[in-house]
Amino acid sequence: MADTLSPENPEAPEAPRTSNPLRAAGRALRTYVLLAWTWCRAVAQYPMALSLFTFGLALSSLAEMGAVVVVFGHAGTLAGFTVYEGLLVYALAALAFGTADFLMGSVDRLGDHIRTGSFDTMLVRPVPPLVQLATHQFSPRRLGKLVPALAALVFALVACDIDWTLGRVLMLPVLLVSGAAVCSSVWVLAGCLQFFVADAREAANSVTYGGQALTEYPIAIYGRGLVRSVTFVVPLAFVSWQPALYLLDRPDPTGLPEALRFLGPLVAVVLALAAALVWRFGLRHYRSTGS
Amino acid sequence: MTTREPATESPTEPAAGAAAAPIIEAVGLGRDFVLTEGPFLRRTRRTVSAVQDVSFTVRTGEIVGYLGPNGAGKSSTMKMLTGILTPTAGSVRVAGMEPSRQRTRLAREIGVVFGQRTTLWWDLPLRDSLTLTRHLYRVPAAAHAERLAELTELLELEPFLGTPVRQLSLGQRMRGDLTAALLHAPRLLVLDEPTIGLDVVSKSTIREFLLKINRERGTTILITTHDLGDVERLCDRVMVIDKGRLAFDGGLPELRATVPTPRVLVVDLVAPAPAIEVEGATTVRVDGPRQWLELADNPARVIAEVAREHEVADLTLREPDIEGVVSALYRGTVPAGDRT
Repeated sequence: MADTLSPENPEAPEAPRTSNPLRAAGRALRTYVLLAWTWCRAVAQYPMALSLFTFGLALSSLAEMGAVVVVFGHAGTLAGFTVYEGLLVYALAALAFGTADFLMGSVDRLGDHIRTGSFDTMLVRPVPPLVQLATHQFSPRRLGKLVPALAALVFALVACDIDWTLGRVLMLPVLLVSGAAVCSSVWVLAGCLQFFVADAREAANSVTYGGQALTEYPIAIYGRGLVRSVTFVVPLAFVSWQPALYLLDRPDPTGLPEALRFLGPLVAVVLALAAALVWRFGLRHYRSTGS
Repeated sequence: MTTREPATESPTEPAAGAAAAPIIEAVGLGRDFVLTEGPFLRRTRRTVSAVQDVSFTVRTGEIVGYLGPNGAGKSSTMKMLTGILTPTAGSVRVAGMEPSRQRTRLAREIGVVFGQRTTLWWDLPLRDSLTLTRHLYRVPAAAHAERLAELTELLELEPFLGTPVRQLSLGQRMRGDLTAALLHAPRLLVLDEPTIGLDVVSKSTIREFLLKINRERGTTILITTHDLGDVERLCDRVMVIDKGRLAFDGGLPELRATVPTPRVLVVDLVAPAPAIEVEGATTVRVDGPRQWLELADNPARVIAEVAREHEVADLTLREPDIEGVVSALYRGTVPAGDRT
C-alpha cells in the first residue's frame, strides 16, 4: 500500500483524471443515484414515519387539486379555460415542480449546511457538492407529490379535447422534461442566493414555492406585467402555461407571440446553464463560517 | 514581521532526503473577508484579514502542528489548503495542485477530518458509511477490503462497525472518521482538532495510531489542536499563527527556547518555613511546607544548596510546558526581533 503513496507515483492508480465532460456527467449521475439510494435506505429504518409523511404529502396534493376544481367549478371558465383545461395547467405545473423537488429539493437547505459547517465536509469529498447537496436526506416520500400530479396529468390529457398529432405526441415528453429542468434550475438559482445572503431561504422560497402557486393556474388570469415577468424574467410561463397553450392549440390570450410556446426547451437549456454558472460563482466566493 | 524560512533550517527534517519533496507550499498566503455592518442602506464595508502573508513548506513525511488561539486564522488556512476557501492573496500548492481550482482532484489525494463535525452519514451503520466512501473515492474493492481490515484492527473498529453513526460515542466516531479519511490512502492527512472532547484513553489511541501511519505509510500529517499533549507526542515541527500571521515555525525545542520560561523547582519541606533564599533562584510561591522556586541557574547547584540549608522531604523539577510557551507567544511577550 505504501508504494502508491511514494512521490515517484503521486497519482494513485484509482484516481484517473476527469477531463471528458460527458464522462464527468455520467459519473455525477451515478453518484447521485448512489447517494440517493443510501439516504433511502437510511429513512427506510423508520417505515412508519416514511409512509405517514408520504401519505400526508399526497393528501395535500389532492387538496390543491380539489381547490383548482372548486375555483373552476364556481367560475365555469377562467380566461377561457374549462375545468379540465385548468386541471391540465395545474398538473403540468405540479409535475414539473414535483420533479424538481424530487431531484433538487434539498438544495434550499444550503444555508443550513453552510451554518453548521457540513457544507465544508461536502467540499472535501471528490464528488460534486451540488450532487451531495441535492441528495442530502433524499426521501422516497417526495413521491407523495409526484404520483398525484402524474395521475392528474393523465386524467386531464384524456379529458381535454386535444388534437393528438404526431408532433404533439413527440413534443409532450420534451415539454415535461423542459418544465422540470426550468423548475430545477430555479431551485438551484434560489439556493445559490444563500451563498451570499445568510438566511435567504425564505426569500428563495418566494420564487420556488411562490412560482409553483403561480403556475398552477392559467397565467392569463393575472395582470399583464406579471405575465411578462414570468415569461421573460423568471421564465416560469414555460413550465405549464405555454405547454398548455400548445397542447390545447390555443392562441395566447395575453397577446404574446405564438412562437413562444416552442421555446420551452431552449429556455430550459439557457436557465440550466445560468444555474450552473451561478453555482460555480457561488462556490468560488464561498466564505465558510468561523471555527 | 519576518517569517522564517522553514524546513531548510528545521532540525526535524525527515531522514529520507529523497522522499522529502514538499507536499504543501504556501507563499504569501492571505485571506480577507469583507464585512458589511450597520442598518440597510447605511451599510459600511470593512475588510478583515483572517490570514496575512503566511509562507511555509511542509515536506512529505512530516507531522506538523498548527497552533494558534481561536480566531487566529488556523481554520482559514486549513480551508485554503483543502480548497474550501479561495485565497485572496498569495498562492498555495498542495500535492502539486492549486486547491481552490482543483478541489475535487485534490480531494482524492488528501484526507480531512474535522473534530467538530463528522463526514460520516449520521443514520447509516459505520460499515455502510465506509462502503459509500469507497464508491465516492472510487477505491478498487480489493484495496478497500485490505485497508479496511488493517484499519479495523489498528483502531479496533470491529465492535461498532454495524452501529449507526448517530449512536457512536465521540471516541468511536472519531476513529470512524479517521478510517473514512484514510481508506483512499491519502498522501496528506489534514486534521482539524481531532482530539477535541475525547477522554485520555481515546486521545492516546488516536495519537499512537497517527504516529504509526506516519511511520509506516509515510503519510504527511498537518494537525491543528488546542491540546498541547497532541503537539508534544506527535509533532516534530510546530507553526504558531497569531492574528493571522505566522509567529513561529520550527522544532519544539526551538519553540521552548524562544520564550525564556524558567524551570521550576518544587520543594517540599518537612515543616512550613519562610520563603527560601538561595542564589540563582527566586521563590515565587509558598504554600505551607511547599515552595516553588524559579530557576535562573544550574539546578544541581541550587538543589544542593537548598538541601544543605533546609530539611527537605521531597524535590521535583518541572520543565516548562509547551502550553506556557505558546501562551507567552500568543500574549506577545516575545518581541518580534527575538523570534529567531
